[in-house]
Amino acid sequence: MNRKHIAVIVTLMALVFACSRGLPDAGKGTEPFAGFQQPGNFPAPAYHFETNPVTKDGFELGRKLFYEPRLSRNNTISCGSCHIQSSAFTQHGHDVSHGIDDRLGKRNTPPIMNLAWSPLLMWDGGIFDLDLQPVAPITTHEEMDETVANVVAKLQAMPEYRVLFKKAFGTEQVNTANLMKALSQFMLLCISSRSKYDSVMRHEGGAAFTADEAAGRVLVIRNCGGCHKEPLFTDGSFRNNGIGVGGNDDQGRYAVTLLPEDKYKFRVPGLRNLAYTAPYMHDGRFYTLDAVLDHYTTGVKAGPGLDPLLAGNGQPGIPLTAEQRKQMLAFLATLNDKAFITDKLLAEQ
Amino acid sequence: MKLLHASFYTALFAAILLLASCSKDPVEPVYDQGQLAQLSVEFDNIVGGQKLVLNTGSYTNALNQQYNIQLLQYFISNIRLKKADGTVYAVNQDSSYFLIRQDAPETKYARVKVPEGNYTSLTFTLGVDSLRSTMDIGKRTGVLDPGADNHDGMYWGWNSGYIFFKMEGIAPQAPEDPTGQHKFRYHIGGFGGYSAPTINNIKVITIDLTARGIAQVRKDRSANIHLMVDISKVLSGTTNVSFASNPQVMFSEYSVNIANNYAKMFVHDHTEN
Repeated sequence: MNRKHIAVIVTLMALVFACSRGLPDAGKGTEPFAGFQQPGNFPAPAYHFETNPVTKDGFELGRKLFYEPRLSRNNTISCGSCHIQSSAFTQHGHDVSHGIDDRLGKRNTPPIMNLAWSPLLMWDGGIFDLDLQPVAPITTHEEMDETVANVVAKLQAMPEYRVLFKKAFGTEQVNTANLMKALSQFMLLCISSRSKYDSVMRHEGGAAFTADEAAGRVLVIRNCGGCHKEPLFTDGSFRNNGIGVGGNDDQGRYAVTLLPEDKYKFRVPGLRNLAYTAPYMHDGRFYTLDAVLDHYTTGVKAGPGLDPLLAGNGQPGIPLTAEQRKQMLAFLATLNDKAFITDKLLAEQ
Repeated sequence: MKLLHASFYTALFAAILLLASCSKDPVEPVYDQGQLAQLSVEFDNIVGGQKLVLNTGSYTNALNQQYNIQLLQYFISNIRLKKADGTVYAVNQDSSYFLIRQDAPETKYARVKVPEGNYTSLTFTLGVDSLRSTMDIGKRTGVLDPGADNHDGMYWGWNSGYIFFKMEGIAPQAPEDPTGQHKFRYHIGGFGGYSAPTINNIKVITIDLTARGIAQVRKDRSANIHLMVDISKVLSGTTNVSFASNPQVMFSEYSVNIANNYAKMFVHDHTEN
C-alpha cells in the first residue's frame, strides 16, 4: 500500500463519515447528537434558532417534557398522547382531538412535523411562534386543562427536572420561557425528510420513481401544487377548499383575523406521511385518501370564499381520471417517511 | 383687640407656612437622565361617583341595567413623562409593564424611575404594545409571562396575544350562560395582528397635569400622580354597552367599541408631591 492508496482510503473514509454526519438524524441513540440538520432539499427554516439554539441537553429535556403527563391537570395526558410518533405525531383514527377526561376538541390533531419551516401554527394560524404554542394545549379545557404556572411548579418540585433544567439552561429554576424552549427544541427536530421522495430529490443512492410515481408527481404538481407546494407540500397559506361548513360552524382563520374574506379558511396541510395520519381535513371528516380525492374531483362546493384554484371550468373542483388518481396516490405514497415515524431519537425513552 | 390681632397674624402665618409646604422647592433641578428618582402613578378605580367594591358594590349602566364587578384587571405600559419645555422621558421599557388588579390593592401603583424635574404631562399605553407582544418568550417576564400565576387569563394561548383589559361581573339583564349565571365577560385585546392586519385595541392615553397638579420629582421624595379610573365609562360613551345584547365580548369587532369607551376613563385628580 503506497501513499496514494492511503490518501484515497483516508479521503473515502472522510467522505463516508461526512455523509453519515450529514444525513438528518441517523436515528440511533448511540451516535453523537447532530443538532438541527438542514435537509439538502428544504428551504431555509422559519424558526428563530438564534434565540433558542438546539442543544443535546435542551432537546433531551424537551423530549422528556413532550412525553410528560404532568403537563396536564391530573397528570394523565402528555403531548405524546395526542401526537403519536407512529402516526407521524397525530392522533390517528380520531376525527377531532381526544383529551383529558375523555373530552373532545373541535379540530383534528395536526402533526408535529417540519415545524421549523412553519411560521404560523394551528389550523387557523393563531399562534405565530413555536415557543408560544404549548400554552394552547396545556391550558385548553378539552386538552390538558392545566395552567402553565402549575406545570412549572410541578416540575420545579422534582429534583430530576431541576438537574435537567440546570444542564440545559444553566439554572435549576424552571420558568415558562425555558419550559417552552425545551419543548421547541424537541419539536424542531421532528423533521420528516427521509421519504423516498426526498431520496430521489437528493439523488441519494440511485433512488428513482417508478413510472406511476413519476407521472403522479407531475399530476400532483399541476393539480395540487398551487397550494401543496414542494418540498413541504404546503405553501403555508389559509384557504377554503370547498368542503363546506362543518357541524360546529368552525370559521377557521376568521377567528384570528376577523377579516370576512377569511371565513372558513384553514391552513393548507402538508402531504407528507398521509399513510399514517388519517383522518384528513381540519375536522377529520375524510377517513381515506380516496374520500379526499372524491372530494376534490366531484365534491367541491361552490360558494363565496371558495379558493379560486378550485373554481374549475363550470364544475368546481379538479377533474381526474381513475388512472390519474392511481398515479397520484402512487406518488403520494413516496412521501411516507418510515424513518421519521420509527426514529428512536424522537421516541419516549 | 390686641389679642385678636395676635391670633389673626398667627393664623396668617400658619396659612402661609401651609401653602409654602405644599408648593415645593421652586427651583427645578437640572435635567439629568443619570439622576433618577421615584414616581408612581396611582390607578384608583371607581364607578361613576362611587368607590369600586368587588362583588358587593352595585352599579347601574347608562341603559339603566344593574351590575356588579367580580373581576377587574388591565395592563398599563410604556409610561412617558413630558416637561413644560417639551422634554420627553420614556421609562426603560423593560420596567414599564404593570398589571393593575382590583383584587390586589398594591398593584394600583405603577412605580417607575424618572429624572428629577417637573412634569406637566403623562402618557401611557392601556395594553401591551405590538413589539412586546411578538417578542421572544425569554423577554416576557413578570406580569408579561404567558404562564404567570398572578394573571392567568390575561393571555390568549390560541391566538397569541395579551388580553389588555378584563372585567367580569353579574348583570341580571345578561342572559343565563351555560354555567347558569347571568354573567358578563369583557376580555379586550388585539395588538393589530402578526401576519394579517386585524383589530388594534392598544390605546395610548395622554393626560395633562397642569390643571390638577404637576409632578415634581425629586430624590428622597416620592411623587404620586393620582388618577381616578372611572370604570362606568367602559360601558358608556361612544357606545352604550348593553348586558342584554353583548354579555360576552372577547376577540371580536365589537371589542373595538369597548376599547374606544375605556380610552376615556382616566381622569387626573391630583398629584401628591
